[in-house]
Amino acid sequence: MNKFSKKINFYSSIGMRASFGMIMLELVKKDKNLMVLTSDVSTSAGLDRFRNQHKENYLEIGISEQNMIGVAAGLSNDGFNVFTSTFSPFQTLRCLEQIKVNLGYMNIKICMVGLASGLVLGNLGYTHCSVEDVGALRSIPNIDILTPCDGLELEKCLTAFNKSNNSMYIRLTGSSPLKKIYNENYNFKIGEPKKIKDGKKIILFSSGAIINEVLIANEILRKKNIFPTIINVHSLKPINKKNVLNFLKGHKYVVTIEEHNIIGGLGSVISEIISETDRSHKLYRLGVKDTYSKSGSYDYLKKLHGIDSVSIAKKVKSILK
Amino acid sequence: MVINHIKILSKNVRKNILKASLEAGSASAHIGGALSSVEILSTLYSEFISFPEKKNWHDRDRLILSKGHACLVLYSILLEKKLITKKEFLSFEKNNSILPGHPVMNKFKGIEFSNGSLGLGLSLGIGSAIALKKKQKSNKVYVLIGDGECNEGSVWEAALLGPNLKLNNLTCIIDKNNFQQTGSNKEILDIDDLASKWRSFNWHVVEVSGHEINELIEAFKVVTDKPKLIVAKTIKGKGLVFAENNNEWHHKILTKKLYDEAIKNLDAHE
Repeated sequence: MNKFSKKINFYSSIGMRASFGMIMLELVKKDKNLMVLTSDVSTSAGLDRFRNQHKENYLEIGISEQNMIGVAAGLSNDGFNVFTSTFSPFQTLRCLEQIKVNLGYMNIKICMVGLASGLVLGNLGYTHCSVEDVGALRSIPNIDILTPCDGLELEKCLTAFNKSNNSMYIRLTGSSPLKKIYNENYNFKIGEPKKIKDGKKIILFSSGAIINEVLIANEILRKKNIFPTIINVHSLKPINKKNVLNFLKGHKYVVTIEEHNIIGGLGSVISEIISETDRSHKLYRLGVKDTYSKSGSYDYLKKLHGIDSVSIAKKVKSILK
Repeated sequence: MVINHIKILSKNVRKNILKASLEAGSASAHIGGALSSVEILSTLYSEFISFPEKKNWHDRDRLILSKGHACLVLYSILLEKKLITKKEFLSFEKNNSILPGHPVMNKFKGIEFSNGSLGLGLSLGIGSAIALKKKQKSNKVYVLIGDGECNEGSVWEAALLGPNLKLNNLTCIIDKNNFQQTGSNKEILDIDDLASKWRSFNWHVVEVSGHEINELIEAFKVVTDKPKLIVAKTIKGKGLVFAENNNEWHHKILTKKLYDEAIKNLDAHE
C-alpha cells in the first residue's frame, strides 16, 4: 500500500473530526502564523495533540463562541491565519451576528470548522444536530461554505483556505469510522462540483458524508438497471452554475440529498440554478423537511428523514416509475 | 499647555459634530452619545494614540469605537487629525459616503473596524492586542464602549477573557453617560456599579470624570500588568446646553436655529 492510500485509509478509520486535528498538525509545520481557536472543544475537535505540541499557535477562548469569532477576526486582521472550531450549531448560529459583521461585512478572513454537523449527534437532540447552518450562512456575503465528503476532501478544503479570498465554513458530517468516497487523488477546486458516477436520465446531487448513502443506493439501483449520475457538491457557496447546468443536460429528473433542512441548503442551491433554466427539469429535494423530529441514533434519523440508502433508492425508483 | 490644547481640540470636535449633524438634515444623527465621548477621544488622540507614516501603518495604536453609533466623534477627530478630508467629512450619511451613520472599516482613514452592532468591539480589541503581543509590538489597543452596550452578553464574554490572557496592552473605556436609546440605564436594565463588576473580572479599574482632561490623562498613563478599564463618568449631550442629560438627543435632527444657538453657546465658553 502506498503512502497516499495509507493516509486516506487512516483518515477513514478515525473519522472527520480526528482527521481535522491530524491535518492541522501538518498545516502548522508550514505556517508559523497559523492560529487555532476553540471554545472548550479541543478533544472533540481532535486537537488535543495540537494544543499540547503547539502552545503558541493554540488559543483556548472558553465557552464563548461570539467572543471567539471576534478574537479570531482581530487576529486575522493583523496577519494571522486563523482557524476556529466548535460544534456546528455553536460555530454558526450561536455567533451569527459576529460572523455577519466581522467576516461578511468587513470581509476579514478566517476558517470556521463546524464539528458534527447534520444529524450525527441525533441522540443528543436538536440542540446538537445542525440542519440550519448552511441556510443561515448562505445569506451572508463573503463566506465560502464547503462540505467535505471524506477525510481526503477535508484535507483539500483546509488546504484551499490559504488561497481563498473569503472566510470559509467547513461543515463536518458523518460518524467514525467514516466511509471514504475517494480512493484516488483528484483535482479539487472551490466552487466546482465533481462528478462521481456517470449515468443517465436521473441526476443525484449530494454533499458531505451522506454521499456514502447515495453510493450504496446506487448499488441497489444498478441491480434494477437504473444508473443515476451522481455529483458531489463539496462547495455549496460559491458554486459554478455553468458546471451544474452542464451536469443537468440530458437528465430530466433531479434529486438533491442532504443532511440539512431542505430549505436553505443544497436543495435550495440546485433549485435556484434550475429556476434560471427552461425549467424542463423535475426536482425532488430529500433531507429534513423543515421540522424538528424526535431524537434518535444517526441511522434512525437518516431513515426517518428519508436519506438512508434504502429510502434514497426507493425514492429514485418511484420517480422513474 | 497640554490640557489647553486638548480643550481646544474638544471644542473643535464638538463644532464638527454639530456641523455634520446639521448637514445630515432629516437623516438625523446620534448626537448625545457622540458629545459625551469628546474629551475621552480628544485626550487619547492628542497624547496617547500616534499614527506612523503610511508605510509603517501596522505600527499604529488602535482605537476601536465599539459604540459605533457615536461615529461623529471619531469622524470629527479624524478630520482634525487630517486623516479624512473636509469633503469626506461633510458626506456623512450621504449616498455612497465612506462615512455612514456607523463606522465602516477603512484602515488608512483611521477606522479600524466596522461597528454599529453593539458588543462586538472588545473581542476584536482582544484579537488585535494578542496579535500585537505575538509580534512583540509596543503599540496599544483602546476600545470605547457604552454603558448601555454593557447590556450585551458578548461584552462580558470578552471581559472574562482579557485578564485571563494578561493583555496589559489593552485599555477599555466605558463612556458612562447613564443613558441608552429609550431611557436611563436604571430604567432599561440597571447595570449598577460597573467598576466593581469589572474589578471582579480582574481588570485594573480606574474611575474618572470623562470630561476632566487631567483625570483622563492620569488614567491613561497608569501602568499595570492587567488589561485596564476606565469608567469615564460623562454627561450625554455634553456641551450642547439643551441636550445635556436630555435623552431626546440620543438620535435627532439638528435644525439650523438650534445649531446656531449651540455654536454661539460653545463660543461663549472660551
